[in-house]
Amino acid sequence: MSTAAIELKGISKAFGPVQANKDISISVQPGTIHGIIGENGAGKSTLMSILYGFYKADAGEIFIRGQKTSIPDSQAAIAAGIGMVFQHFKLVENFTVLENIILGAEDGGFLKPSLAKARKLLKELADDYGLSVDPDAKVEALSVGYQQRIEILKALYRQADILILDEPTGVLTPAEADQLFRILGRLREEGKTIILITHKLREIMDITDTVSVMRRGEMTATVKTAATSPTELAELMVGRKVLLRVDKKPATPGAPVLKVDNLRVVDNKGVERVKGISFEVRAGEILGLAGVAGNGQSELLEVLGGYRAATGQIVMNNEEIDLTGAKSDGQSRRARGIAHVPEDRQREGLIMDFMAWENTAFGYHKDNRYKKGVLSDNASIRGDTEEKMERFDVRPPNPKLSAKNFSGGNQQKIVLAREIERNPDLLLIGQPTRGVDIGAIEFIHQQIVALRDQGKAILLVSVELDEIMSLSDRIAVMFDGHIMGERQPDQTDEKELGLLMAGLTPEAAE
Amino acid sequence: MDYATLLQVLDSTFRLATPLLLACLAGLYSERAGIFDIGLEGKMLAAAFLSAAVAFVTGSVWLGLLAGIAASMLLSIIHGLASITFRGNQLISGVAINFLASGLTVLVAQAWFAQGGRTPSLSGAGRFSPWEWPFAEAIIPVPVVGPLYNELISGHTAIVYLALAMVPISWYVLFRTRFGLRLRAVGENPAAVDTAGVSVVGLRFAAVAICGVLCGVAGAYLATSLQAGFVKEMTAGRGYIALAALIFAKWRPWYALYACLLFGFLQAIALRFQNLDLGLFTVPVEFMDALPYILTVVILAGFVGKAIPPRAGGEPYVKER
Repeated sequence: MSTAAIELKGISKAFGPVQANKDISISVQPGTIHGIIGENGAGKSTLMSILYGFYKADAGEIFIRGQKTSIPDSQAAIAAGIGMVFQHFKLVENFTVLENIILGAEDGGFLKPSLAKARKLLKELADDYGLSVDPDAKVEALSVGYQQRIEILKALYRQADILILDEPTGVLTPAEADQLFRILGRLREEGKTIILITHKLREIMDITDTVSVMRRGEMTATVKTAATSPTELAELMVGRKVLLRVDKKPATPGAPVLKVDNLRVVDNKGVERVKGISFEVRAGEILGLAGVAGNGQSELLEVLGGYRAATGQIVMNNEEIDLTGAKSDGQSRRARGIAHVPEDRQREGLIMDFMAWENTAFGYHKDNRYKKGVLSDNASIRGDTEEKMERFDVRPPNPKLSAKNFSGGNQQKIVLAREIERNPDLLLIGQPTRGVDIGAIEFIHQQIVALRDQGKAILLVSVELDEIMSLSDRIAVMFDGHIMGERQPDQTDEKELGLLMAGLTPEAAE
Repeated sequence: MDYATLLQVLDSTFRLATPLLLACLAGLYSERAGIFDIGLEGKMLAAAFLSAAVAFVTGSVWLGLLAGIAASMLLSIIHGLASITFRGNQLISGVAINFLASGLTVLVAQAWFAQGGRTPSLSGAGRFSPWEWPFAEAIIPVPVVGPLYNELISGHTAIVYLALAMVPISWYVLFRTRFGLRLRAVGENPAAVDTAGVSVVGLRFAAVAICGVLCGVAGAYLATSLQAGFVKEMTAGRGYIALAALIFAKWRPWYALYACLLFGFLQAIALRFQNLDLGLFTVPVEFMDALPYILTVVILAGFVGKAIPPRAGGEPYVKER
């Protein structure tokens, strides 16, 4: 075994009473991709922030290429050859690609020579690693996948040979994620060492050589990827057996609950986002709507949820509903039996600074149970919230905690509890498990299937193909405002759906 | 309006635009680095007072200028400590500085000179004298160009030329140097600067310090060049007009020049034509005097179209994962 590229010995870090990292030791071999997996809040990001000089460890030592190294700030990390790609990119949006790349790594006080050098080097890097970008493009005009590429280039420009990526695929489409993995593979061939932080098992299995599992601030295991399985990793992460496959009986669909006919949506900029789509969702079935983000699914959910105007026809339980005007709002939709778990729970599902019990009442605050004369009955709402938290296993089960203080999974459970417990006829659910940890995913999936088994109609919108395939009873694929086609989950595969998501019918692709 | 009058108006335009331009550029450095500065007014006022006081006592306008810069710098450091080090609210800190300067200048002026809160009049070496350019007198007989050279180009004080020179200098510094790149980056996304291994606090303090120097020069100009001594509230809202000009200029140096010249021109018109007779009716002097301020309101009310301020402006930087 050669000298480890990175070796951490006994790293501990506490934030007040919370022990984020407990005596962590890890050794990463050069020229490998090392995965670090764990649930949200397990301490992965804290550990990497220590390695990148953002936090100072309370105890422990860092060795880079066998040398004991102290990393008090990011400058020292960069000098030690460490580059980091953060989950939320650290780019200046109205700067050009070139300006972003040289920022902090300029040669001398004047920009001209630095820019010329960077332009030349960028071309070489593009040739070496297949990372081509337009150096003069403004960052804000680039797609998320390209922006991530700039982050990688920034690290390479600073001659990093150890690259840390924090949840890099969270914001990417499946195609962009595949591209990223090809780039990472290429970097590994060139001898770079890569640390990949993620909570997605599939990514770990696909690309890493070694994987370390973290749980509650501790490193629970480090294993060769080839010698482990997703089930074993999931168990190590959560600390108990986890069901990765959704366990469900075949659907017994009944009468149509929701019928959508020739629906068209024009957005605020005057662009038509939904271009005349028609479909129906029946009682007791889950219709999965797949597609790359930004192909009209969000707008569709907003129309159905009552906060965006549209033209066309929507029939709910054999009654047409208003698509514009005063009666088209969230309240009237809920009165019709439509519950909505929005795609972006932090912006549309919750008010982050409000407490859990306040969030539980939103949209249903006019309910008689929650009222005492003209006043709201806060004690009753709190009691109700407490029961809901119990049933949905929200942790910690404290109604007086602000929404922002719950983890992603627990926030989602609060929204889900609010919407499901109203016994709706139709549940709209967008990106149910985005940013949610694996234990909570299992629970949320079970709840969705249970609701279906009660004979409710469910419209599921997700960019996670896995989720669509394992939950749906029927799959429709959206591309550019159209529905490209409908498939049965047992009669299709990821390849076919992927083509539809890219706007190609399988016949056309051949 | 004949040619001579036009030249006189344009000449005053430059003189009146100078303090605006210096303050506007001061605000530009600060706000480009993400520190909103509503305290330009207070800094100019403090600088005006101290420069006049020191110039009077020592008889040297240059020492007065230095004292003005020092006064303004002191307030800048307070603003920096409050908004950068202690991550306080930048607007509140700026307002506090304005109040502090407004009260303190009059109080100290009364205590030192006992002339009702003003400084004694400056004369001779206590004021900036105009620079007469070569041949300024000789060239007058030459038609068109002669008067232009004599009236408009020659005969301003050093600070007017300095203010004008600061425009291309600022542009070059901001857009062609490493310091400028980092300064602009820290106003847009300080996290990007921090992760690149550059000190956010250091850059922001540098920007606030430059702001302090420029405000100091602007204030000293008011008391030792435009006028002869300090009087109560002599900045008369120029700090706020400079802020309006900054928005109008969309945080760009050249646009800042044009915006300040426009405001200066309006002030010059108001001075020159006290009762503007338009034939049908006479525009009252009060309206002319109010015009620059009315324009400020109109501009701030959104006449400029979409002005996008630096994205991290007004937000203290807190390191996060």
